[in-house]
Order: sequence, then structure tokens, then C-alpha cells
Amino acid sequence: MRNFLRSAGATLKRRPGWLLLLLPLSLSGCAGQLQWYVVSPMTESGRANLLFMLGGLKYTILLSMTAIVISIVIGLLVALPGLSKNPFARGFNRVYVEIVRAVPLLVLILWVYYGLPIMLGVAINVFWAGVLALALSDTAFEAEIFRAGIQSIDRGQLEASDSLGLGYIDRMRYIVLPQALRRVLPPLGNQLVYMLKMSSLVSVIGMEELTRRANEMVTAEYRPLETYTILILEYLVLILIVSAGVRYLERRLSRRDVR
Amino acid sequence: MSTPVIQIKNLSKYYGDFQALSDVSLEVASGERMVICGPSGSGKSTLIRCVNQLEQHDAGQVVVNGVELGKSRKALREARTHIGMVFQQFNLFPHLSVLDNLTLGPMRARKLSREKAESLARHYLERVRIPEQAEKYPGQLSGGQQQRVAIARSLCMEPAIMLFDEPTSALDPEMISEVLDVMIELADTGMTMMVVTHEMGFARKVADTMVFMDGGVIVEQSSPAQFFSNPESERGRLFLQQILQH
Repeated sequence: MRNFLRSAGATLKRRPGWLLLLLPLSLSGCAGQLQWYVVSPMTESGRANLLFMLGGLKYTILLSMTAIVISIVIGLLVALPGLSKNPFARGFNRVYVEIVRAVPLLVLILWVYYGLPIMLGVAINVFWAGVLALALSDTAFEAEIFRAGIQSIDRGQLEASDSLGLGYIDRMRYIVLPQALRRVLPPLGNQLVYMLKMSSLVSVIGMEELTRRANEMVTAEYRPLETYTILILEYLVLILIVSAGVRYLERRLSRRDVR
Repeated sequence: MSTPVIQIKNLSKYYGDFQALSDVSLEVASGERMVICGPSGSGKSTLIRCVNQLEQHDAGQVVVNGVELGKSRKALREARTHIGMVFQQFNLFPHLSVLDNLTLGPMRARKLSREKAESLARHYLERVRIPEQAEKYPGQLSGGQQQRVAIARSLCMEPAIMLFDEPTSALDPEMISEVLDVMIELADTGMTMMVVTHEMGFARKVADTMVFMDGGVIVEQSSPAQFFSNPESERGRLFLQQILQH
């Protein structure tokens, strides 16, 4: 963690251009229409409002992280039959990806939360409905990412592994996946960023994450411009931190591969 | 020489319409060193890759240590642990250290303990004369060192047979001899070897049998003395002329 903060700090030092991001905020302060007091840390109520909004952070992070972990695991399991010689296995992969990819996320969230309980006869709470919908819709993309990553591994690696008498599972575990994972790290980082943003849609079923909290603030204070600006900044900061984290990981993993 | 460890009977292999091997038969005895040469596209790599079934043949039989390959997957995996293979492009695992490259096969396919596998690995790194590189990654080594690591990796499986598929063709000229030296030493230990190579000096030195291939068939099979001084076939004569000219 300390390393990570240091690398983020170093990035800021190397590229102070990032600070420009703060410019619109200071500029917009000059306009008379803005009433920053609703979220001002200087006043009692402003502080309370800010804390209320930040309170959604926990669920945004929890939702996205749980969903991405699930979707990476399932995505990999869907990708593997796509690489098989068996046409039925490949067919399963194709059909799964095409169908899941075709369902809009918002529709999937509504279907999982309102529809699925009727089908299964059990209630699903908001959090798990959100996780399920986010994870499911992401699996199709993860599957495609993994398929591409695994296919990019040089044939010679597979032949060397075969000639050592390694079986399919050992080959995947020790040779193919460790190399493929390194290559798919950038697109996986993309998916994580995407997931963080898409988790805002779960607000429609009442999950108390960042967007829902902001909506509630707007209803209470009726200051949409200030509130949603803060909301945007919340996502921005969150995602910049995640991007820096992914980049740090990439650097660490690529350090040894001097080629 | 004793019973053959590799028997190839009437082997044929097609890539689409192109026939890479047609009706090839061959026997390799235990301890025999066979060098296979021929112009590119003659089928020599395909032939050697059929021995451990990196290529599946379309007709005929490959029998290694009395077991016919291509029938059961389990038997093939078992057979492969006795057949070492060295590739033109080394094919080391770039994400693993040299030591881990060497211990993976023994630990996973031969189920040896880490201690055993590591002592094997260090022993064979010593044999290929790079014990000090054990902790490095393949990308940090020269081509010649990488190929020697690849040879050591195969030897760690303690195979009965070693296959070499143009082991020096991807190397810079100054690194060829360090790899050939290791191979000559290996030949001196009595290892059964099948080597596809253009290194005729090496062939003269270690081969018991020369096989000359062209157009997917074995044109000539003889002793090196016979082959180099007086090849039976016109095509063999031409081939030797071309590669020995310089």
C-alpha cells in the first residue's frame, strides 16, 4: 500500500498535468449560481451532507469488487470451452457470450431483482441482486478477454509443456494462465473501471451506493448541480486510484520479463 | 545393437493436400545416435515431431519402448516423460526462473519432491555448464545459454531418448559450438538420440546412422563414413555439395 501511494505520488510529480483536473472545480466556484454550502466542509450541515454522500462509497466498492471477482472466475470457466477442439464446447461458449452480451445491464438488474425471485421462489436482497447482475453481464466480456489472452500464447510453449508430459490442467496452471494473465491485465483493469461506473445503475433498485446517496441528497436539498458534481468527483478519484493500482501491478509483473 | 526403442512403420502425414511424409519406416536402437538431414520441406522435422506425437500421423505406426503411440492419451503422456525434446526456438517458459523451468516437469509429471527435482536440476545445469544461472530468467540469458537450459530441462526428466529439432538453427554462429559441445558430451554418455540438423561436422563426429530425407521420404540411410564420402543417391550428393561448399 505504501509503495502504491508512493508510485501515485511519483506519477503526480512526473505529470503535474493531472492537477488540471481540479481546474473546472475552482472555475465553477466563480459562477453565482453555485451554492457550495450544501456540501461545504466548513459548515456543520455541509459536513453532514458530504459524509452522507461518501457513505455510499463502501457499497460501490463492495459491489464492484465482489462482482469483478465472480465474473473473472466465471469468465475464465466460460473462456476455456471456447478454446476446445470440441465443437459443442465451442458452441456453448459462443451462445453464452452472445446472449449475455446482448442484455442491457439496467434491464438485467431489474430482471434479477424483480423477476428472478418469482422464478426461484426466494427473495434476493438488493446487494446480491446487484452483484449477480453486474457479475453476470461482465462474464461475457471477461470470457472474451481470457480467450484472446490464452490464444496469444505461443504454440511452442504448449509443445514444450506437452513434451514434458504435463497434462491439460498442469499446462494451464503453470504455463498458459500465468503468461496469459500478464497479457490480459490491462483489459481486466478496464473492466474493473467499467464495473465501478456501472455499479451506479444498481441505485435503481435501492442499493445505497454513491449514486443513490446523491439522488437522495438532491431530493432533500434540491441542489442537483453541486451534488452531482461531487458525485462525479467521487467516481473520478475512485477510478484514478484503481487505474494507478492496475498500472502498478502491470509494472511489477513485467519487471522480470526482460526480453 | 539391441532391440529398437523407436519403431516407425509406414508413416504418412498430410497437411491438407500436401503430403509431408509418405510411407516412412525407420528403427532406432537403444544407444543409437541418428542424424537426420535434408533440404527444408523434406519432412525431417515432421518425422521427429511424430516420435513424441507433437504431430499426429495419418497412417502407419509409431512405437516407442514397445508402446504404440496415438492410441491412448494417458499412454502418450507417460511415453513423453521418457522422450526429451529440444526445439529450434528453445521454448523455455519465460515467466519461470531457470530453476523452475527445470523442476516443473520432474515435479508435476514425475511427481518428484521439490528437493529431488532441485538437486536434479542443479546436477544437469552443471552438466550443461551454467550452474550459476539457476536463479535467472530465460530472457536474461544468451541464445546459446537458453538452448543449454532447454537441454538440461529435457534431461531432468531422465529420458531414454532425446530428440533434437534443429537445435542450433536459431543461434548466432558464435554460440553454436557451446550447444554442440553439450550434445557431443551427451552422446558420449550413451544416450539414444535423434537429431535433425545441418551441422555436418557434428554429424560426422557423433552419428552412428545418417538419414537423408527429401520430399517426405527417406532417400538414403547409411553410416556417416559411407554417406559423407560416397552418397548412394544423386539427391544426397547434390545436397552435400550445397551445404559443404562454404
